[in-house]
Amino acid sequence: MKPKAIIITGYGINCEEETSKAFELSGGETTIVHINDLIENPKMLNDYQIMAFPGGFSYGDDTGSGNALANKIKNNIEKEILEFAKQDKLIIGICNGFQILTNLGLVPAKENKYGERQAVLMHNTHARYECRWVKLKNTSQKCIWTRNIETLNCPIAHGEGNFYAEKEVIDSLIKNDQIAFKYVKDDNSPANLQFPFNPNGAMLDIAGICDESGRIFGLMPHPERFNSFTNQDGWTYAKEKLLREGKEIPTLGQGLQVFKNAIEYFTK
Amino acid sequence: MAYRIEVVTHVNDTRSEVMRKNLVSEGFAIETAKVLEVYTVNKNFNSDEIKRIAEILSNPISQKFKIRDNSSKNDVVQGNKELLHEPYDTVRREGSYEVDEVIRIFKTIDFDFALEIGFLPGVTDNIATTAKESIEGLTKQKFIEEESVHSSTLIFLKGKITEEDTKKIGNILANKLIQRISIKDKTSFEKDNGMDLIIPRVHLSSEVKITKVDLNISEEELLKLGKEGILNNDGTRRGPLALEKDYLYAIKEYFAKEGRSPTDIELESLAQTWSEHCKHTIFAAEIDNIKDGLYKGYIKKATIDIRNKKGKDDFCVSVFSDNSGAIIFDENYLITDKAETHNSPSALDPFGGAITGIVGVNRDTIGFGKGAKPIINKYGFCVGLTSDEEPIYRDKDLKEASLTPKRIFEGVVSGVNAGGNQSGIPTPQGFTYFHKDYKGKPLIFVGTVGLIPKTINGKPSHEKGAHKNDKIVVIGGRTGQDGIHGATFSSETLSAGSPATAVQIGDPITQKKFSDAIIKEARGMDLYNSITDDGAGGLSSSVAEMAKECGGCEVDLDKVPLKYPNLEPWKIWISESQERMTLAISEEKVEKFIDLMKRRGVEATIIGTFTDSGRCVIKYKQEKIMDISMDFLHNGLPKKTLHTTYTKTERKEKAIPEPKNLTDTLLELLKNPNITSTEFIPRQYDHSVQGGAVLGPLHGKGRVISPASVTKPLIETRKGVVCSQGLYPKYSEIDTYDMAACSIDTAVRNSIAIGGKLSHMALMDNFCWCSSNESERLGQLKAAAKACYDYAVEYGTPYISGKDSMFNDFNGFDKNGNAIKISSPPTLLISSLSVMDDVTKAVSLDTKFAGDLVYVLGETKDELAGSEYFPEGKNVPKVEAKSAKKLYEKVEEAILKNMIASALSPSHGGLAATFAKKAIAGQLGMEIDLNKIPREKNLNRNDFILFSETASRFVVTIDPNKKGEFEKLFEDETFACVGQILDSNKFTIKGINGETIVDTNVKDLEEAYKSTFKNY
Repeated sequence: MKPKAIIITGYGINCEEETSKAFELSGGETTIVHINDLIENPKMLNDYQIMAFPGGFSYGDDTGSGNALANKIKNNIEKEILEFAKQDKLIIGICNGFQILTNLGLVPAKENKYGERQAVLMHNTHARYECRWVKLKNTSQKCIWTRNIETLNCPIAHGEGNFYAEKEVIDSLIKNDQIAFKYVKDDNSPANLQFPFNPNGAMLDIAGICDESGRIFGLMPHPERFNSFTNQDGWTYAKEKLLREGKEIPTLGQGLQVFKNAIEYFTK
Repeated sequence: MAYRIEVVTHVNDTRSEVMRKNLVSEGFAIETAKVLEVYTVNKNFNSDEIKRIAEILSNPISQKFKIRDNSSKNDVVQGNKELLHEPYDTVRREGSYEVDEVIRIFKTIDFDFALEIGFLPGVTDNIATTAKESIEGLTKQKFIEEESVHSSTLIFLKGKITEEDTKKIGNILANKLIQRISIKDKTSFEKDNGMDLIIPRVHLSSEVKITKVDLNISEEELLKLGKEGILNNDGTRRGPLALEKDYLYAIKEYFAKEGRSPTDIELESLAQTWSEHCKHTIFAAEIDNIKDGLYKGYIKKATIDIRNKKGKDDFCVSVFSDNSGAIIFDENYLITDKAETHNSPSALDPFGGAITGIVGVNRDTIGFGKGAKPIINKYGFCVGLTSDEEPIYRDKDLKEASLTPKRIFEGVVSGVNAGGNQSGIPTPQGFTYFHKDYKGKPLIFVGTVGLIPKTINGKPSHEKGAHKNDKIVVIGGRTGQDGIHGATFSSETLSAGSPATAVQIGDPITQKKFSDAIIKEARGMDLYNSITDDGAGGLSSSVAEMAKECGGCEVDLDKVPLKYPNLEPWKIWISESQERMTLAISEEKVEKFIDLMKRRGVEATIIGTFTDSGRCVIKYKQEKIMDISMDFLHNGLPKKTLHTTYTKTERKEKAIPEPKNLTDTLLELLKNPNITSTEFIPRQYDHSVQGGAVLGPLHGKGRVISPASVTKPLIETRKGVVCSQGLYPKYSEIDTYDMAACSIDTAVRNSIAIGGKLSHMALMDNFCWCSSNESERLGQLKAAAKACYDYAVEYGTPYISGKDSMFNDFNGFDKNGNAIKISSPPTLLISSLSVMDDVTKAVSLDTKFAGDLVYVLGETKDELAGSEYFPEGKNVPKVEAKSAKKLYEKVEEAILKNMIASALSPSHGGLAATFAKKAIAGQLGMEIDLNKIPREKNLNRNDFILFSETASRFVVTIDPNKKGEFEKLFEDETFACVGQILDSNKFTIKGINGETIVDTNVKDLEEAYKSTFKNY
């Protein structure tokens, strides 16, 4: 049986369709569910192994990115969400979804304090929305979602991706191997906060983190937008090279590996 | 009780730092700026509740807050917790930090002036709406009518500034038409213990009256009524009806026959429906010998003729009849396209004008057929020169200064950013164009491509219709005073009388909620019969238009949900409040529909019933206040007859000497705002959302702006949508026929260069003209429209949708109080929409490998007039469509056979700019031999060859191994190999006599190309 993913939508979330498609292309089965329907019937969570908070602009980032939707969840179904988080299930939050996860306190969840806000995604250093491709390096052995990935090129598109947490939280992230993706330069050396490699000024070049179990993953970049070979920045150059070498042009994009990892967690 | 919650960010406060930098760059001696968020909560809560409210509106890691209530100015007591006696005080947050810490953070804010910007009463406040919803969710208490939440921004400024400077800063940061500004110096701030607690609420007179308007008045009075609007009791007028003399007489005659005077709402309704903006009277009018008018005689005729010729290969599905036009995408889907302008609102409030523009044109997609999903946004900003700071005024007293081109530019860029990004629609394509005459009225183009299944619930998706007895349902935002007279206003020139209420505020999230609920749910459930956008003219337009489908309507205006009570009925009817759509829903489905909307957080309300009575009837509190025949409403406007003249001024080719140093000329040209990089725009526009990006706004390692884009809307297939645009306002002065021809050719060939398919390509026309009551301007218009027919037919590219805006003039005053008129150059934007079968064939503009050969396809001519290099002269580029079409078909074939490694078509800046852009994008050097460039006889000047903007040409690079097959394919065309790609970064051009005339490198080219807007 295919692992089932529930993809949350509503109130300005806008990446639910491509996120759903990425899970499907990776062998999963998905249902896109409006947050109000989930609030009405939280029991449906029992039917799913994976929960995804896609990117978007929930509530237009009003009162802080991801904050208002997290408030809505906390005001209605906090108990059920925390229960899901504590089971042997997987959760991903991409971009606005990551902002929602941090406001829900599902990551970093230091000392397994699920539900406590411990980190924040602040305005980019240049205080403007930024859309571009970045290079990511997997720096965690623990994170289930980044398995089989050394580096990954990925688009980012956000105004508030500047990861910040107090020192003790950062120390525990490092100690517990929770930093899953870091921004790096083309040669895989650390971005060292340097724009545009680190596009938002995030501490320690952090692009994505997981909880202490490695099951809950939040990241600013959008792996679901790299679903096809032709998505990649500079793919026409790669194509021309392949053509001249007499090689075949691939179809799928490398971003799908993130979603495959989630599916394989349940199938392998 | 009301509370003021101030939230301060105490770590990584980049917004404050960026604010400081921006103010310094505006010339203010600011040392520090500190930006705080303020929520004013106007509802009773106990101290514990208000504390928890502040907690959920802030972030515990990066922010602290303080609360004050309005019962006593220094009241900071929270429950029975300790009372703090600090002058600028705070409340305690339990557990997470100490009171002292909060005090310290607020007290360390050093400042000379405090500046607060909030909204004026009645203006949409999105942040407050969200905050209110969060508060209701937290406290489980609903806000009732008199209770409210308001957001504002508090900025503490320190530096060598005066109160006057602070006012100026306020005027830069805020728009006084929609925002309020409060300023306090440090002394009064401390004396008052902070800023005042302000609750901006709309108070309208509770007496709502329907006015009868007597039309039996003198002609002078009648004309005044048309120009300035209905007379109020206090002697003021309500604002332009934009009704001309013969229209007024037609109305007078109609009501004479009805045996009564019209009500105010009837008159306002007719004015909206008959406005140039809605009826396109100029394009519809008989003009000279063209009985059918320009639209039917040229634009629509082109489409009809092309479709007939194409026969079974016709790919048009729905043209000119709906909110967007639609063509076939693949066996299962259609794609739609529509481009709009939002010029007048953007001149007054660039951010608001642009955001409502882009979000509004999205509704033209959602309102196509049964509702298409927006998949691509496009933009085009035509603004004045950003260096032009010479003030101009809308009024003789020099009190209402127009915004400078720079502020307009920055505002519209941000507006489309907010609207597009928040809606989750990628923006892979757009352009900017700068011209001194866009100073008075900018042209702000926005467009949206949509995707819709061919059939939905077994019925063709593009067909819809309201039935008799269907309920009229309005969804989305509430109705307020915003946008009153928007349609009649944009049919007028911009002047002092331009109504401030014409400014609208966008709320993309409200729209996103119903867009998803309609497109992704209700559409598939077959819950409605018809849907349309509430745009210009508001309900008066949407309801009355839909009523045509069944033959009448009856509306209960008091059912329309309002932003605030006591709005007059005529305002409810014509308000252009944003984010609303109107649907026709059969009675048995309406409950289900409204329930679905409710569960999606969308307000949906039945406001009346569609009928077949032949009348448009409106009731307000049981009283009938409008009752006009549908036929008169829609067809009663007298036909116009227009006459044109077109005098071509004698222009001479001015002899200019050939520059000695063409390297410098080229580097300077790359800084020209119409050629240079505007990368800061696509960088801030999400162009990868929806996961279908193929070739976006920036190409190559060197990130060069592309004039065309490719998007793959269905992740699992390879079919792509190709978009491009073309416009040449500078050519208009010389010849509008050629101007139009070049716009069409550019939109077509840009598409071809990236992989578009000529046999599956459609066009859209957006005319933005000026002074269209003058016969000369109409003569220019007619010539351009004729070119639209001629070239579209030649290329076989039908128009599927279009729009016109005919009075882009500014009537105002210069700084000395002298009357001035600034007319935008006659502008025609042509957008192309094509479908390519396999996106992996797409070609980007960046050069790929050293050793690749550079070819120029097409002949270069002595056509410098109107160019960015030499705007004088008379030889404007002319398009030879027959030979161009042949060439385009060859390029298409070469691309499908993988022969072309990179391609870009020369436009503004000619071959020189094209070579340079390709080299910058590929980050590889290039050497070019001008003597090899195929050109007309006697074209023997290096600068003319380099900078002429001759149409229908390409610069392509190819793998040298493909030389043979490539040259064979093009053997019947005019083309030549003119150089090669280098493995160094040298960029050299040899002149026609063999001497080196350009000698530079990719780095210097890139620096020049990216210098102009570097600090944006």
